[in-house]
Amino acid sequence: MTITSDRSTAGAPADRSTSTPLVPAAPVPAPAEPTATVTFSIDGIETTVPKGTLVIRAAEELGIQIPRFCDHPLLAPAGACRQCLVEVWAPGRDGSLAKMPKPQASCTLEAGPGMQVKTQHSSPEADKAQHGVMEMLLINHPLDCPVCDKGGECPLQNQAMSNGRATSRFVDVKRTFPKPISISTQILLDRERCILCQRCTRFSEEIAGDVFIDLQKRGAQQQIGTFDTQVLGFAGETPAGAAAEDLSGRPFASYFSGNVVQICPVGALTSAAYRFRARPFDLVSTASISEHDSNGSAIRIDHRRGVVLRRLAGEDPTVNEEWISDKDRFAFRWQSAPDRIETPLVRHRNEDGTRGELVPASWVEAFGAAAAGLRAAIDAGTGVGVLPGGRLTLEDAYAYGKLARVALRTNDVDGRARPHSDEEAAFLGHRVAGRTLEVTFADLDRAPLVLLVGLEPEEEGGVLFLRLRKAATQHRTRVVAVAPFASRGLARVAGTLLAAAPGTEAEVLDGIVADASDEALAAAGAALGEPGAVILVGERLAGVPGALSAVLRLAERSGARLAWVPRRAGERGGLEAGLLPSLLPGGRPVADAAARVDLAAVWGVDHLPDAPGRSTAAIVAGARDGSLGALVVGGVDPGDLPDPALARDALEKVGFVVSLEVRESDVTRRADVVLPVAPPVEKPGTFVTWEGRPRPFGQALVSHALPDHRVLDGLAAAMGVDLGLHSLADVHAELDQLGGWDGERVAAPDVAGDEPPQVPPGHAVLATWHLQLDAGRLQDGEPFLAGTAKRPVARVSAATAAQAGVADGAPLAVSTDAGTITLPALVTDMPDLVVWLPTNSPGSAVRDTLHADGGALVRIAAGTADPAQDEEV
Amino acid sequence: MATTLAPVLSDHWDADRSWTLATYEDHGGYRGLRRALGMPAADVVTAVKDSGLRGRGGAGFPTGMKWGFLPAPDGGPRYLVVNADESEPGTCKDIPLMMASPQHLIEGVIITSFAIGCHHAFIYVRGEVVHVYRRLLRAVEEAYAAGYLGKNILGSGYDLEVTVHAGAGAYICGEETALLDSLEGLRGQPRLKPPFPAVAGLYARPTVVNNVESIASVPGILVGGADWFKQMGTERSTGHGLFSLSGHVTRPGQYEAPLGITLRELLEMAGGIREGHELKFWTPGGSSTPLFTAEHLDVPLDYESVGAAGSMLGTRALQIFDETTSVVRAVTRWTEFYKHESCGKCTPCREGTFWLAQILQRLERGQGTTEDIDLLLDLCDNILGRAFCALGDGATSPVTSAIQYFREEFEAGTHTPADVLFPPERSSLFDYTPRRSPAALAGVHA
Repeated sequence: MTITSDRSTAGAPADRSTSTPLVPAAPVPAPAEPTATVTFSIDGIETTVPKGTLVIRAAEELGIQIPRFCDHPLLAPAGACRQCLVEVWAPGRDGSLAKMPKPQASCTLEAGPGMQVKTQHSSPEADKAQHGVMEMLLINHPLDCPVCDKGGECPLQNQAMSNGRATSRFVDVKRTFPKPISISTQILLDRERCILCQRCTRFSEEIAGDVFIDLQKRGAQQQIGTFDTQVLGFAGETPAGAAAEDLSGRPFASYFSGNVVQICPVGALTSAAYRFRARPFDLVSTASISEHDSNGSAIRIDHRRGVVLRRLAGEDPTVNEEWISDKDRFAFRWQSAPDRIETPLVRHRNEDGTRGELVPASWVEAFGAAAAGLRAAIDAGTGVGVLPGGRLTLEDAYAYGKLARVALRTNDVDGRARPHSDEEAAFLGHRVAGRTLEVTFADLDRAPLVLLVGLEPEEEGGVLFLRLRKAATQHRTRVVAVAPFASRGLARVAGTLLAAAPGTEAEVLDGIVADASDEALAAAGAALGEPGAVILVGERLAGVPGALSAVLRLAERSGARLAWVPRRAGERGGLEAGLLPSLLPGGRPVADAAARVDLAAVWGVDHLPDAPGRSTAAIVAGARDGSLGALVVGGVDPGDLPDPALARDALEKVGFVVSLEVRESDVTRRADVVLPVAPPVEKPGTFVTWEGRPRPFGQALVSHALPDHRVLDGLAAAMGVDLGLHSLADVHAELDQLGGWDGERVAAPDVAGDEPPQVPPGHAVLATWHLQLDAGRLQDGEPFLAGTAKRPVARVSAATAAQAGVADGAPLAVSTDAGTITLPALVTDMPDLVVWLPTNSPGSAVRDTLHADGGALVRIAAGTADPAQDEEV
Repeated sequence: MATTLAPVLSDHWDADRSWTLATYEDHGGYRGLRRALGMPAADVVTAVKDSGLRGRGGAGFPTGMKWGFLPAPDGGPRYLVVNADESEPGTCKDIPLMMASPQHLIEGVIITSFAIGCHHAFIYVRGEVVHVYRRLLRAVEEAYAAGYLGKNILGSGYDLEVTVHAGAGAYICGEETALLDSLEGLRGQPRLKPPFPAVAGLYARPTVVNNVESIASVPGILVGGADWFKQMGTERSTGHGLFSLSGHVTRPGQYEAPLGITLRELLEMAGGIREGHELKFWTPGGSSTPLFTAEHLDVPLDYESVGAAGSMLGTRALQIFDETTSVVRAVTRWTEFYKHESCGKCTPCREGTFWLAQILQRLERGQGTTEDIDLLLDLCDNILGRAFCALGDGATSPVTSAIQYFREEFEAGTHTPADVLFPPERSSLFDYTPRRSPAALAGVHA
């Protein structure tokens, strides 16, 4: 079932012709005019295609399907399977047509002027050649379709039916292999099913750049194999689970390995999560958008009787092409986890006023209790703070913002459930909010240089990394990163490092000028001045005072385009919907009276609160010290907040907590009213990507769960306020009516950077970011995926390791007064007196344990070996 | 007039320590290089073009024309790669040449490199022939010491480095693009063409890939001139070539003669078929060329005539089989070779040779079915021209040609094992007890 309101036809077009939606859709790119064309014919049908077009592609355009296996539009031609053979007549030097002596592989043959191509439909020779190849492909194939995951959606099976013999003449002995090889905990390889098309090896080499399987042996014994653990050495990033070695000798740890399962034209590559779970013909597919990062990757959700069984990459050439990250693909069970909250819950108060048990309640009762508690806080003058989190759809985010400003009469709303700063709020309001699609994925292809600041695309961006790698490998885009060390991801985009210890980013950014004395800085400065250069800024730069001001200065100075890349799917939508204390929807500044009037008119209220709101940290502090009487929390994990201990304490102390949640959490345990909401798979909505591209998706599963906007609408109604956001169509109508903002913007921040701290002996500056696969709650219930995560390590330079008396690989203890994290040290080429930890990996919950973040001073010392960790090995 | 031998490359193979630089120089070696270095490079190319020298690796592509395909110099490197990966069953010309007179090859490499503007040449030697590899290394060392290689060769200002590289033992690496991949350290599998090596070859730079014998023939052309070279051979297949006679022949070995000589003439020189036997079938150019029989004794062994008679001159590897030989068994052995050596990249060759071998093994055991011969022919039709490179095509040649000439022997394979019809011990030159599989001993369907 799909519930979406079609925005192109909703409402009367006449009165909307002048307004643009709050987050306008990307214009459909006009197909590029080919500079040169070729006219030729296929099966007697004349066609004109851009020069360089492969015959197999031209045939697709004409609706002529030529069977194929190795061919993939996004991979370099291989010509290996020979299934797509066609008869070709080409004009010779004298212009007369002559038949090419051999049938040609249409997946490698470029169309030539005057060529006549005859496919299996018009050439007996091509037809026989295809039948011959198909028969040979099947002689060593087990034909175990009835037990194979691919059966029913298998190109080999389908094309054997359409372009093969009904029976085989092969009566001899088949080649067999032991089943299956585990390449990682997730990816399994059944070699006897493999037809050696090399799609998987080409993907890992050309697209992801993490070669982990390759052809081995030859002839009929040729097989896709893993690298020999005995031969290759080992260093670096290790997956948590058992895995084969990759080309460089490291145990294979790829964030994109699931794509090889999808592009395998037979059932040779399967995922442990889906293997033997379902038959394709029992599945219902719903197109959707991934909720895991801010790229908005198109996905396909396959479900059966209300249960999601797998997710596949959707096709969207403007965003994710045909690839998704493993997190997008395999992490979906969180939405149906056993700790899902099914009904509203209301907490009884004990007689002494302390919190009692949560008990299930009706929606009416829960709305009533929540409304009463919130109204009490408002009436008491202490007010309500709203923490909606960063994973909302645009529609839901808009409802939180409207609830706060209309029903709760406050600007104390902040979607940033992560380290943040006022400088960041000013940066976002000034440069990002309301300015959508200024930098897109396609711009990366055209950019002469992409500068990454506070952003690790492979860890924090997913598919962004693949697009960046494509730009670097196919379009010669240079990548430069301001980071403490060159990650493998940076190496795979052939990137250059501008080494910066945490906290010194602003200084480095200010040093990027064309006439800098440092060669790398000067080169980056010069290239940033070239037309089309792009600066990508990560969300964690908010933790570095002065850095975002320096980014703005750099963009101004160089003319480079600027984009902000948050990690979570809802961050940009929240920003556009006004989930900042200083910002109303569409980039309207709270401080701007005209903006408030504009919005009040749309919302049908007399006026909007004009007092600047409090940031997440201030709301937490206010809740803790009693200056805020209640909180409305939307799926925020206190562990993500800058100081989790403080946040938990605040939740305990604040008078009243309303929580909108999918699953039980730290907040549930302290909430007074819990209102269950639908996960993305059970509601329609729109994510807004880091580009500012709206990514609407439909509802995949039939569900009684309500989306946040509808719950908030009901909550407001119980408070006597009509938000008018009952249905998705209502929200869309209002978003479209609201439109963008062309008035004054928030002023640019101009914050001076801090002096780098003096590092006392035994201390180091902490650097940290999230790994793509870590202990995040959205990856719960996926043991096979978890096995492909990188094993947490603490990175230090050789000198720093020596100072701390820690050998490479030995345990390193990183501590603050709050706690200690002990991880194996990994000596890395990076600035001295810096230690890097993964932010939220098993055994390394930095904020929770250390109450610290990037840039903080931490103590480092030799740690004691943790026997539990050794056991895992 | 009977054709006589024309020893050029093999001229001093009988000399004492023929492989040394001194012996080579005593027999006129490095005169060609001196002459070439005194000429404009373009004139060297012209001389080779004029000579009509065609590739001696089997395909017979005009050597000078191949050099002419290189794009104009752009300041970047260009390479000469010598294909010394001689692995074809029956072919044994380059390896004896490199054993007996490696300096011939090295002089040819220097002249060719000079002609095409290459400053780093590679010789890719088959990995199994360690003795040849060692001899080549020593010969290159000698040439460096004598100033024929290195900087400022013979005072001409021309520099050349030569690297001798040993393969790891794969027939497919004789295919020029697979050879280049192997040389680059990659898995040896044929590359997609275009781009051809002349445009983007080794390390994606313009590259000429030539056979050992082609390159070794170049010094002679420089010394003797194009006209001298054209005196030998036929109009379109000029010059001399090494003919390697093996099998049931009285005096097997390398016979260097003008192209266009016939097997009848060669057999006379070689003392004929072994005593008391008669010719049954032979290969004109190794196992990848369709078989000939006694009726082809007078086919002139040049590119055109052999082609017109339904085969290919190939590498002039004349494998001679007398009437004691089972053609089914011979073809099965060859097919097993192709099955073993198929690189696996493309379906027809990988799966087709795997299947062919099993059918042939059945026929050899006398366990074939009546459909097997038609199946063999149809399979060959599905492989020939469908494979990625010429390996698959070559694998079909012995099968189809053997069925063409000896169909009844394949038919016999449906009821009688080959070693019953043709006891292997009768084919051998010495007494031995052949190994027989239990199935073969059973004689009929087990």
